[in-house]
Amino acid sequence: MEVLVFLVPLALTLGALGLAGFLWSLKNGQYDDLEGAGWRAIADDEPVSEETLPSAGSGRH
Amino acid sequence: MQATRDFSHYVRHLGSGLSHIDLAVEGVNCAGCMSKIERGLSALPDVTLARVNLTDRRVALEWKEGTLDPARFIDRLAELGYKAYPFEPVRAEAVETEQASFLLRCLGVAAFAAMNIMMLSIPVWSGNVSDMIPEQRDFFHWLSALIALPAAAYSGQPFFRSAWTALRARRTNMDVPISIGIVMALAMSVMETIHHAEHAYFDAALMLLAFLLAGRYLDQSMRRKTRAVAGNLAALKGETATKFIGADEISVVPIAAVQAGDIVLLRPGERSAVDGSVIEGQSKIDQSLITGETLPVKAGPGTAVYAGTLNLSGALRVRVSAASEGTLLAEISRLLDNAVQARSRYVQLADRASRLYAPVVHTAALLTMLGWAAYGATWHDAIVTAISVLIITCPCALGLAIPAVQTVVSGAMFRTGVLLNSGDAIERLADVERVVFDKTGTLTLPELDVTNAVDVPQDVFELAGRLALASHHPVAAAVARASGARKPLAGAEEVAGQGVRGFVRGLEVRLGRPSFCGADQIANDILHRDPEASVVAFRHGETRHVFAVRQRLRPDAAAAIATLVKAGIEVEILSGDREPAVRHAAEQLGIHEWRAGVTPADKIVRIEELKRRGVKVLMVGDGMNDAPALAAAHVSMSPVSATHLSQATADLVFLGDRLAPVVAAIGFSRKALLLMRQNLWLAAGYNLLAVPLAIAGLATPLVAAAAMSGSSLLVILNALRAHRGARELG
Repeated sequence: MEVLVFLVPLALTLGALGLAGFLWSLKNGQYDDLEGAGWRAIADDEPVSEETLPSAGSGRH
Repeated sequence: MQATRDFSHYVRHLGSGLSHIDLAVEGVNCAGCMSKIERGLSALPDVTLARVNLTDRRVALEWKEGTLDPARFIDRLAELGYKAYPFEPVRAEAVETEQASFLLRCLGVAAFAAMNIMMLSIPVWSGNVSDMIPEQRDFFHWLSALIALPAAAYSGQPFFRSAWTALRARRTNMDVPISIGIVMALAMSVMETIHHAEHAYFDAALMLLAFLLAGRYLDQSMRRKTRAVAGNLAALKGETATKFIGADEISVVPIAAVQAGDIVLLRPGERSAVDGSVIEGQSKIDQSLITGETLPVKAGPGTAVYAGTLNLSGALRVRVSAASEGTLLAEISRLLDNAVQARSRYVQLADRASRLYAPVVHTAALLTMLGWAAYGATWHDAIVTAISVLIITCPCALGLAIPAVQTVVSGAMFRTGVLLNSGDAIERLADVERVVFDKTGTLTLPELDVTNAVDVPQDVFELAGRLALASHHPVAAAVARASGARKPLAGAEEVAGQGVRGFVRGLEVRLGRPSFCGADQIANDILHRDPEASVVAFRHGETRHVFAVRQRLRPDAAAAIATLVKAGIEVEILSGDREPAVRHAAEQLGIHEWRAGVTPADKIVRIEELKRRGVKVLMVGDGMNDAPALAAAHVSMSPVSATHLSQATADLVFLGDRLAPVVAAIGFSRKALLLMRQNLWLAAGYNLLAVPLAIAGLATPLVAAAAMSGSSLLVILNALRAHRGARELG
């Protein structure tokens, strides 16, 4: 039963990590638009903003 | 009108040189729209963020300060095929968003804690029947306590606060037994752990919190969604006012930027978006949206104008007043206040259930304790058994029974075009025995329509429509709309006070007063047959036609009324309009009970009279004059075209031109009430099964956990049935 010394803190840490992740995602606004998030997952491509576009002339075609 | 749109009112300046605006967008409903809009807007230079929220149908935009005019975004969206308008966050909405995210945080904490405690509980349960030594069990119990106590203290806040408020006001609500149950369960578990006992109920307490918070969150998110949609609808009306800045300079500003004391211009054919009084100009105005009266009245300096007033003939300058100054408005808000105060507070089904529930459960627990003590058990054992009765009866399923149904039903209503303003409206709507309709704008469409279109040849009608596009007059606008014409006639000119004229292949065409077109005779014939109509004449060479224009009944009004009557619901009209007009509508719809020329005060008197007779009334109305009656009635509904005041007062708002949503809403609510009752019985039935076990002292934490999740699942599954089979009334 000595294994409990490792397992219990491990279990608690994992649980706390999960909770921290949830609170972070909530604060980050990830639950603001659940309907949209569902669609975004299967959208063909994410809209590309100006900054991330490759510089002019270096198109992919 | 489009030239000087000033949306600066809506722009928020973030730090770091960025500006932010929220737009409500119409018609976004798929992934395609989402990426199309985001891509289209991101392509504008200097835009740093363009993100669609599909749930709320809004776009959030951020750009480098001072580089872009927000009107560009609206134009860009229009090019992409979406109507958009800046949106002003209402404070109530912000508060609800904050509450929803707090509930979600609480739910997250409770759920994670419950799962982790469950992970510790299962070894204890299996160890109890095999080889666990007491030291290990105590260690696991202490660990559970370590997680459970802070988690419960945090995530139980919504219940503890509400229970405390209720107790301080010497009332009781559902949250009182919930809080007692949770606190007792935790206290007993700690005591048991100290005494090295076999059972602790930490997992049950946290699971209970998690389930209850899920119910709360569902309830909250339903209300939040409705409010967001209602906010969008208000924004998309895009109400603007033409405001004087300086002596003769004007600017078109959003209505939110107009203040009391400003002077605005009301052009012919425009609907006023503000309250105020005329300071200059002569005109005729249509107050039908406010008073129900469909005949135009004269307006001059001193005449009061309300939001919703339609200006018919001449330009008016209006001084904007604070909402309470106008005489009619003051009268209506006084009546409204009285009605709201007099409305006997409706006790929600959930609260009624908890009023029955709490004394029964607490008595049962007390009797259990006394019974065991009398039977010779130690006080410790007696108290532990009594608390386990409290835990097992804690209204877990009861807390979910009603919110789950409300959420499913409000979603279904939403898809049929009905928005709920208040959650308990569903319950009240289900009891309705009589529907009282306002006429103007409720049974009839808010816009004018041509009634004798079939008498006019199609090509003539279309030509008249093209000519009508050149005019601002509302009657001409009705002709243009009905004809479906899109291309204005080139070279058409307006003749003040007479009509419009133009030339088609060398022949003069005219649209306007009958005398302007030499069609007095035909017009008189039409007016003789239909004295309520407004007429507009058309002349093309020697061809003359006269259009009769009037408010038309909603397309499915007759069918909707017939369905109501068939379902045994009485129907009545209560209108501020004159007798012939109301009688005509009542006859067409087959409604036998109607009253015409009713003032706002009389409407309340009638509603109160019905109330005294014990009749549960649904009031459906749109005018400002209906607002007090809407507040006085058992439950109320407004079309989305209604005045602000009525929409804010009504319990439900329906969208579209049809009356069918009213009927559907009653059908849905009846089904919902049935399911709510079933759910309460299911929850009570579970208690009947589990309570004897608990009283006998046989309820272990395992039994509590299994029973709790089982009954919660059952009520949720039952609530899902509300989706189906509620389409038909009856």
